Amino acid sequence: MPADPMPLLDVRNLCVSVPANGGMIRLVENVSFCVDEAEIVGLVGESGSGKSVTAMALMGLIDSPGVQVRGSARFRGQELVGMAPRALRALRGRDIAMIFQDPMTAFTPVYTIGWQIDEQIRAHERLSRRAARARTVQLLAEMGVPDPARTAQRYPHQLSGGLRQRAMIAMALSCNPTLLIADEPTTALDVTVQAQILELLRGLRHSHGSSVLLITHDMGVVAQTCARTLVLYSGRMAESGPTATLFARPAHPYTAALLDSIPPLYGPRPHRLPAIAGLPPTPRERPAGCAFGPRCAHVHATCLPAPPALASIGPGQQAACVLPAEGTPLPPRATAQATQP
Amino acid sequence: MIPTLLRRLGQTLFVLFGVSVLVFAVFFATPGADPTARIAGRNASPQIMEKVRREYGFDRALPVQYMTMMKKLFITRDLASYADRGELVVPQIEQAAPVTACLVCGAAFIWVSASIIMGTLAAAFRDTWVDRTLMLAGLVGISIPVFWLGQVTNLITQSRYHDTWLFSWVPGLGYVPFSEDPGGWFRALVIPWVVLAVMFIGIYSRVLRADLVALAGEDFMRTARAKGLSPTRVMLRHGLRTALVTFVSLFGLDFAQLVGGGALLTEVVFGLPGVGRLTYRALTNLDLPVIMATVMYSAIFVVVANAVVDMVYLLLDPRVRDAR
Ligand SMILES: Nc1ncnc2c1ncn2[C@@H]1O[C@H](COP(=O)(O)OP(=O)(O)OP(=O)(O)O)[C@@H](O)[C@H]1O
Ligand code: SF4
Ligand SMILES: [Mg+2]
Repeated sequence: MPADPMPLLDVRNLCVSVPANGGMIRLVENVSFCVDEAEIVGLVGESGSGKSVTAMALMGLIDSPGVQVRGSARFRGQELVGMAPRALRALRGRDIAMIFQDPMTAFTPVYTIGWQIDEQIRAHERLSRRAARARTVQLLAEMGVPDPARTAQRYPHQLSGGLRQRAMIAMALSCNPTLLIADEPTTALDVTVQAQILELLRGLRHSHGSSVLLITHDMGVVAQTCARTLVLYSGRMAESGPTATLFARPAHPYTAALLDSIPPLYGPRPHRLPAIAGLPPTPRERPAGCAFGPRCAHVHATCLPAPPALASIGPGQQAACVLPAEGTPLPPRATAQATQP
Repeated sequence: MIPTLLRRLGQTLFVLFGVSVLVFAVFFATPGADPTARIAGRNASPQIMEKVRREYGFDRALPVQYMTMMKKLFITRDLASYADRGELVVPQIEQAAPVTACLVCGAAFIWVSASIIMGTLAAAFRDTWVDRTLMLAGLVGISIPVFWLGQVTNLITQSRYHDTWLFSWVPGLGYVPFSEDPGGWFRALVIPWVVLAVMFIGIYSRVLRADLVALAGEDFMRTARAKGLSPTRVMLRHGLRTALVTFVSLFGLDFAQLVGGGALLTEVVFGLPGVGRLTYRALTNLDLPVIMATVMYSAIFVVVANAVVDMVYLLLDPRVRDAR
């Protein structure tokens, strides 16, 4: 692909396995995706689908004993998988920053917010305490924290969840990272705060030129935020493609099912949302064939012997399902509900 | 923070009062036993009995008896031990307390430093041979009885190998006041310090390791690593600093009970005239005033030490600071 500019992050066949019962189980299997400069990419899937493991593997943050990370993840051409710890540490927090799901527990309880942001700045740049604090206060102000100088002197437990998440984002942005990995940044927050935080993340592309890998299990969030989307199921890629395409013409039944479970943005909320029956298999008890098989309405004989390979569907869209290749693709979404029995 | 401290002070005073009443009640207001005979000691003559009865007001109401006892303990400080030929009790405790304090403080310094180093190293090198060796050493330390260890070190350093270069510096058993001879003070105490510290090193290093390992799975530790901090910094500034909160509360209790007489075995083995040994002697002589005074002293110490720990806790943990 000589014409393509190098993507900011290029992940190919990322596999993460941990030892269990004498063998290795794959938590994440052959995940591939790209994040371009100043792009927001969504990583969606139900709980346990391996979203956090993927993100942590990119950051080199998985420290369970015996963990194996395979495949390739190139960040601006540098290979992250197997990078020397010291080099990786220099990238972490400076070029790739991460914010976590639960702002309640993500700060060390015994230090002030400001101290912790200063710490990150000073870990990567030679700055005096005072200069670091000035930047901290400015960042907090940019993130819409009221009275930033005083907030910086407060302890994590003294702030509300929304403020803490803003402080977390301020800390993540403190060294101007080119890539921000946000692991369910809004899940623990209430709806209005959630909207504000998403707005903040969308604005980062312009204000800081940062790309964002947004992890969520909420298709609604994806629709509002991400240019491209990657759907994970049981540690494998189910589908990926431009968000608009995915929403209009999902090629994988799992994507379609996730889309059906979005509450409508406007109008009366239905009494109950159509949830996908059953639970995703844990990495340990994944079936031999398509991992979604046991819950799929379209499951048939060809799905069962081996996991379907990821196949190209349209421009930029890929899905790991046998239906399109067999000439019976899912109908486009507008009519999807009507044709279903 | 100031109101919190004042409130804590008030609580402490109240608890102290409660403790003193309780101690008094246990020793002198137990129904069916004549406190006069207990104070006067075995085989006291009727004259002495009469003197004691009047001196302590045992023929008067209980609150008066309590007040008299407290006055004798804390104000006139002339509580006398009849079993020991009228020797005053309070000065005995005042003499013994510094010995115990020196013993326990030195040991505490050793066990805190050693266990922090061992626990942190073990957690940092978790599941490697470093970890296993250190924790095994800790377990051994916990299982050695302090009097046995004391006897064995005495045997080695005082007699068996005393004349070799290794142990010829070891002075005979006993205590040397710091004000008389700092060097001698140190030489007299260094072995008791280590012996007393051994068990606590074992306990504390294991507790600290367990705490640090549990903390390693916490979100904020992951955040610290995601910030690009070095493993050492993550371990010390984030992990250890947070673990210190529990460490301090554990320490406060052990320290208080040791200063309050819990170092008895070590004091007896090494012939150190501390509070523990004083209690021990009083117990063997059934010297009631001394027993009561030492119990009172250690109760006071435990309560005060607890208050101090709470203050340190306030300093260490901002969450507690706001919760009160
Ligand atoms: N260190 C580990 N060792 C073994 N199994 C793990 C480890 N970390 C995660 N897992 C397992 O891997 C699977 C994927 O976990 P992961 O945390 O990535 O899910 P997720 O998609 O982030 O879900 P959630 O929405 O709940 O955050 C889960 O089944 C989890 O139990
Ligand atoms: S491969 Fe078969 S089971 Fe899997 S999603 Fe497609 S139709 Fe359903
Ligand atoms: Mg997760």
